[in-house]
Amino acid sequence: MRWIWIDRFLEFHSGKRAVAVKCISMAEEHLHDHMPGFPVMPASLIIEAMAQTAGILVGEAGKFQQKVILAKIRRAIFYDLARPGECIELEAILESYSPEAASTSGTVRRAGQVIANIDLLFSHLDQNLSGIPFPRENFVFEKGPIQTLMTTIVCSDQIGLAENG
Amino acid sequence: MPYTTAQIYQKVKEVLVDALGVDEEDVKPNARLMADLGAESIDFLDIVFRLEKAFSIKISREEIFPGDGFFSDSRLAADGRLTDEGLAVLKKQLSHIDFSGFEKDPRLAKLGDLFTVEAVVRFLEHKLNASGPAQD
Repeated sequence: MRWIWIDRFLEFHSGKRAVAVKCISMAEEHLHDHMPGFPVMPASLIIEAMAQTAGILVGEAGKFQQKVILAKIRRAIFYDLARPGECIELEAILESYSPEAASTSGTVRRAGQVIANIDLLFSHLDQNLSGIPFPRENFVFEKGPIQTLMTTIVCSDQIGLAENG
Repeated sequence: MPYTTAQIYQKVKEVLVDALGVDEEDVKPNARLMADLGAESIDFLDIVFRLEKAFSIKISREEIFPGDGFFSDSRLAADGRLTDEGLAVLKKQLSHIDFSGFEKDPRLAKLGDLFTVEAVVRFLEHKLNASGPAQD
């Protein structure tokens, strides 16, 4: 994960469900252009926030041993906007998990109101390479940033960090 | 619970409409998942998960589609074709697929054409109703 786009985890229930929060700030430069005079969080970045929330949920379910890559946006429906000064809550539920992939369903809320549904499919990269060589190290879950983020969890079950990364 | 072929077909149709974003009328029994409905490799994982949910069963990818390692094994596939061994392995593994016609010229480029809506229905029929015939 090259950059962290969620602020903290409110809940983390291993292999089941995670809730993260992302607060939107006018200091984010892209908001100056999206849109000029009417800043709103781009839908693509709401999907990114969900992909990180759900991706870490999937990664932790495999003890961070798999390279978990967003493979497909199965469904993304937006009902309302998210604007600077607001915080959004991203709830991800792990629906299916197999050696090759995982799927999640997600709900985005702003002050308790649902503003989006985002369902994702993740690939376990090493299981879907068709024989193509790839780096061994887990570049998805670098230990430092993920470890920092995991220390923000407010409410959780027992979770574990991987030795690699 | 036993399912009739019509019930299975209807659910498969719903799964493919959701997974591939195609219109319901395009999902005909002989429609090929890749060439006609635009499925890519990652969609097969999505389809497997959606079928599991729709029918409340567990399916491994290798049961229904060839697994990831298959095509990189030179004993099974070489020079753009299935080897005799590869064909034998797939025929055994994927009993819902009709290989007649294909086996005369087992080019990998043509393999995707065998995975039709009908083949998926056949797979589920076999898996779901293994314990007995469906009751209408």
